Amino acid sequence: MLTLFYILSAITLGTAFLTILSKNPIHSAIYLVLCFFSIAGHYLMFNAQFLFIVHIIVYSGAIMILMLFTIMLMNLNKADEKNKPILSRVAAAVSFCLVALILLATFIKSQPVINEYKVSGQDYQSIKVLGQVLLNNYMVPFEFASVLLLVSMIGAVLLSKKEHINN
Amino acid sequence: MENILQQVGIDNYIYLSTLLFCVGIFGVLYRRNAIVMFMSIEIMLNAVNLLLVAFSTYHQDAAGQVFVFFSMAVAAAEVAVGLAILVAVYRNHNGIDIDNLKKLKG
Repeated sequence: MLTLFYILSAITLGTAFLTILSKNPIHSAIYLVLCFFSIAGHYLMFNAQFLFIVHIIVYSGAIMILMLFTIMLMNLNKADEKNKPILSRVAAAVSFCLVALILLATFIKSQPVINEYKVSGQDYQSIKVLGQVLLNNYMVPFEFASVLLLVSMIGAVLLSKKEHINN
Repeated sequence: MENILQQVGIDNYIYLSTLLFCVGIFGVLYRRNAIVMFMSIEIMLNAVNLLLVAFSTYHQDAAGQVFVFFSMAVAAAEVAVGLAILVAVYRNHNGIDIDNLKKLKG
């Protein structure tokens, strides 16, 4: 299990870096799909089946298809992007290192809440239990999520509609 | 019933999510292409989702996973609107280089 975790983590971090560092946006998108699949693998290791399915459908399916279509629509599938000036790239790398250092140092020094981890054996993450929690305790946020999706759909259509400027 | 956290430990997941979040920050600062910056934001969202699932397993509580579900819905809405804005920017500027969008500067 531990080796599986390390392999999956290496894939996740490596593909995330390749997403950022590859010149061609299409390659970035494909590396990002790999990154999302490895995160889905993490969810499967947690035995969170519902989130595994939803993550693959929403991220690797919907979001990445949307991004790939946009990249192809804008004809960006070539590596002609100029780099940022060297100063701001160095500043980005330095701030990356500093944020990583501070967050990791904080978490390494922190103490766990639960000293000895015990498994209660209670079922808390099967699809049946999650559906009950979602539709009993979180009914109103669930409805609001549907309203949010509707509004964002209308907004996307309105924003990407061609404007007719009459001058 | 066995649990992954007994073998791996919560701290490994915290370190992984931290590093993934920092990679996202790096991507937003490093690139000029607006779509790749968008992908970096997705990476950051995913890092936080992963940590939420890890803590949901740690406390053996379903609420964390429900929260991840909502955050995925918000991410989907955000991507739809954001890509529509990018398409509109591309139409007006003939490119999505973020350094060309300086008209809002005072």
